[in-house]
Amino acid sequence: MADYIPHTDVEVAAMLDFLGLESLEDLFAHIPAALRLSGGLDVGEGRSEPDVTAQFAHYGAANRATTTTLTCFAGAGAYDHEVPAVVRALASRSEFVTAYTPYQPEVAQGVLQALFEYQSMVSRLSGLPIANASLYDGAAALVESLNLASAATRRGRVVISAGVHPHWRAVARTFAQGTGHEIVEVPLDNGVTAWSRVDATDAAAVVVAYPNVLGVVEDVGVARDLARAHGALLVVAGDPVSAGVLRSAGSWGADVFVGEGQALGTALSFGGPYLGLFACTVDQVRRLPGRIVGESVDAEGRRAFVTTLRAREQDIRRERATSNVCTNQTLMAVTAAVQMGWLGRAGLREVATRGVRGAHYLHDALVRLDGVSAVSDQPFAREFALRLARPAAGVVEAMAERGFLAGVALDSLTGPDESVATHPEDVLVVAVTERRTRDELDAYVAALGEEVAS
Amino acid sequence: MTHEASPGGRAASAPLMGREVEPTLFELSVPGRTAYQLRTTGVPAVPLEDLLPAEHLGEEVALPEVSERDLVGHVTRLTHRQFSVDLGAYPLGSCTMKYNPKFADEIVANPGLSGVHPGAPASMTQGWLELLVTLEERLCAITGMVAATVQPAAGAAGELTGLLLMRAYHRARGDVRRRVLIPDSAHGTNPASVTLGGYEVTTVASNERGLVDLDALHAALGPDVAGIMLTNPNTVGLFEEEIREIAEAVHGVGGLLYYDGANLNAIVGVVRPGDMGFDIVHMNLHKTFATPHGGGGPGAGPVAVSSRLVDFLPGPRAVAQSDGTYAWATPAHSIGRVHGWHGNALVLARALAYIEVHGAEGLTRVAQHAVLNANWLRRRVADILPAAYARPCMHECVLTATPLKRAYGVRGLDVAKALLEEGFHSPTVYFPLIVDEALMFEPTETESPQTLEALARALERIAQRAVVDPESLHRAPQSTPVSRVDEALAARHLVTTEDAASRQ
Repeated sequence: MADYIPHTDVEVAAMLDFLGLESLEDLFAHIPAALRLSGGLDVGEGRSEPDVTAQFAHYGAANRATTTTLTCFAGAGAYDHEVPAVVRALASRSEFVTAYTPYQPEVAQGVLQALFEYQSMVSRLSGLPIANASLYDGAAALVESLNLASAATRRGRVVISAGVHPHWRAVARTFAQGTGHEIVEVPLDNGVTAWSRVDATDAAAVVVAYPNVLGVVEDVGVARDLARAHGALLVVAGDPVSAGVLRSAGSWGADVFVGEGQALGTALSFGGPYLGLFACTVDQVRRLPGRIVGESVDAEGRRAFVTTLRAREQDIRRERATSNVCTNQTLMAVTAAVQMGWLGRAGLREVATRGVRGAHYLHDALVRLDGVSAVSDQPFAREFALRLARPAAGVVEAMAERGFLAGVALDSLTGPDESVATHPEDVLVVAVTERRTRDELDAYVAALGEEVAS
Repeated sequence: MTHEASPGGRAASAPLMGREVEPTLFELSVPGRTAYQLRTTGVPAVPLEDLLPAEHLGEEVALPEVSERDLVGHVTRLTHRQFSVDLGAYPLGSCTMKYNPKFADEIVANPGLSGVHPGAPASMTQGWLELLVTLEERLCAITGMVAATVQPAAGAAGELTGLLLMRAYHRARGDVRRRVLIPDSAHGTNPASVTLGGYEVTTVASNERGLVDLDALHAALGPDVAGIMLTNPNTVGLFEEEIREIAEAVHGVGGLLYYDGANLNAIVGVVRPGDMGFDIVHMNLHKTFATPHGGGGPGAGPVAVSSRLVDFLPGPRAVAQSDGTYAWATPAHSIGRVHGWHGNALVLARALAYIEVHGAEGLTRVAQHAVLNANWLRRRVADILPAAYARPCMHECVLTATPLKRAYGVRGLDVAKALLEEGFHSPTVYFPLIVDEALMFEPTETESPQTLEALARALERIAQRAVVDPESLHRAPQSTPVSRVDEALAARHLVTTEDAASRQ
């Protein structure tokens, strides 16, 4: 049995004596005996760190799909980007890792300043002036944007493009059970949102993904005009790496930007912890969910940072709060700030550009294969969707035997729902990052060609 | 017991911290300077303009331009301005800032876990599914529940998930209910979650003993009550001894009991929420199972339920199949997804590793020593900071600075700030709201008796200063990287980005 409790038996005896108690069990004497557990927990006996490490090595070995065993072409909101040693080293500093929410700013300037820098970077990335200090993930950021829009417009109806990640929309539907929001989803046609098919009257928000789940870069201006015509807020769900080459959400006229920040320095991690990016206009700052860091001065007039606009938050507003967020994803936000610092202006552009180039190189070769066609003829960034002559899930399994994680089968995200694309079971979503070499792309084309032909 | 009575092991908790203002990374930026290095790919360098229509092409994002060496220096200097558990004792009540075992860092750095894409099929991620199934079994054993979702990313997300489960349960029975009861001592996330769950909050008063007032509870109950949210031990650090009576009363009107697991670390291995009568339990794994708090997340907030709620759990859930493999399955009447993927997976893995090391006996020792430390501290400093409720506490003790305020004008906040000068993190201040000048200390089981003695002496020195020089306490802290920060200025003159700041 192992634990991390420093007390010796002699010390425990002395402490109990000081309290007038005879045993550790006496500490719980006021709990009714009938409630107390007899026989101990059914969780097995404790084991040493090396023993437990071996148990987890078994879990790791049982995962066939890892970035070290398969060449990764899967995306759909989670990307295999370069995270250099310097970022891993700085982000794992225990001063960041083992601190908590900066309630005492006098001893938390490290986290606070890093978050201020993070907010500054997300603001520039999104083209919007205000960014918070992170939310749980992209899906949570979407939900918070809907709640913000509802509070801002005093309306309960939201219009969401089916191009927004299917899981995010699923999460939004779940939380709408509590808020009572009506969620109207607008299907894609040829990879582009069919806005003309929806009535946006009385909408609190119009939500568009840029790029969308099929990788397509849509004309955000159409969504913006629809939002403006009906007095709704425009929410743009974006990808922070693609933002290195695409127009910013703010330049399209977005009121709110939400995004999944995993691509900024966080490993794939089987889906978490990731971080939700959230930025908005100055008009919405008092409805901003989660924490935000502001600059101020200390008693000597020195620059100092502190969490601010605290009156919005749950611990003060309680049942009148518009968000219940407390703990967020600070460590991932700090990591993102370090990763963006490492990339810099030129690096983000280069990473984004390489993704777009690699995706187009691969796409153009793949659509020449028999049994492979494009789902959409619209422009795309670093990700695209293919229609295959056989079910995509089976192709993903077969491609793994050839050393590739070939992409994400669309129906694994949507089920049979056809609002993103017809026959989603035949659609494969493929992503390319700056880590993919030409040799890997060529080998992928050859392998997929054999699989689809066979 | 004093320091002398416990020989050896001097306590040290005074960090050396950076006191120079650190420029922002933007201030260190020089146009054209770079740090990044990428793989050589050989992919043809086609101009962007040939790949994307002009109307979609944006400007470069003006991120800072620094060298790798400058980046390392900057971030390292920031870390020198940051307190942490690894640096010293962090008795921040309700937050459970205990030692985070280092071996868990290596467990989650394994690319077999950290390098797995969440969209990869179950056939290729059997290790992760087995891990999640094992964790769910452990959490159910610890809470006395039958099934759980590991999707919620933090405690507050777990709360809202639990309330939606409550809602789905009642609706499936054709039962429309309007209100959820919450004690007046509850965390702020509780009422906020209730509102987002589509319910109205009815606050139940505490009695003079700091516990739920049964008369007030009965008065508040009715057929429109969906349930009650309780933390037990409650936020005052006291065990709700009449929990069975509370459970009977709430179940009696058809309501459900929701257990806020923020304080589960006080009772793990001693008493289980399921045995107390709870139907829904969320756990803050980062607290009870010591995953690092990351400066304010990531956490993890799994929700476990009794048998009548299993069919409503979020999906998909990892499940074991009869052939020994694992698969994803969505419960019949699932409320749906509450996370973009499968939850904060690496945090879940760390928590399981902690549970496996401790085992049944070790987890019970965790609760015992956490409660021992809190009671020892409460008793040790009772002369200067009396407990808000004069009875044994659980894993944390709520003390009050009211005597110091009345006699010397020294407030709880002053004590908290002065403690920073002594090398300790502050306790939680002014929470719970029902206690005047509250100082909530949670020493945790990983702090030694020597450290507790040093903390007690630091509090004694502060109490002495209150007598001889109370003014100095209003100015505290002075030895920290910055002194008291002007919070009013920050809110009035909002500067939350480099672009909003006016730099010289």
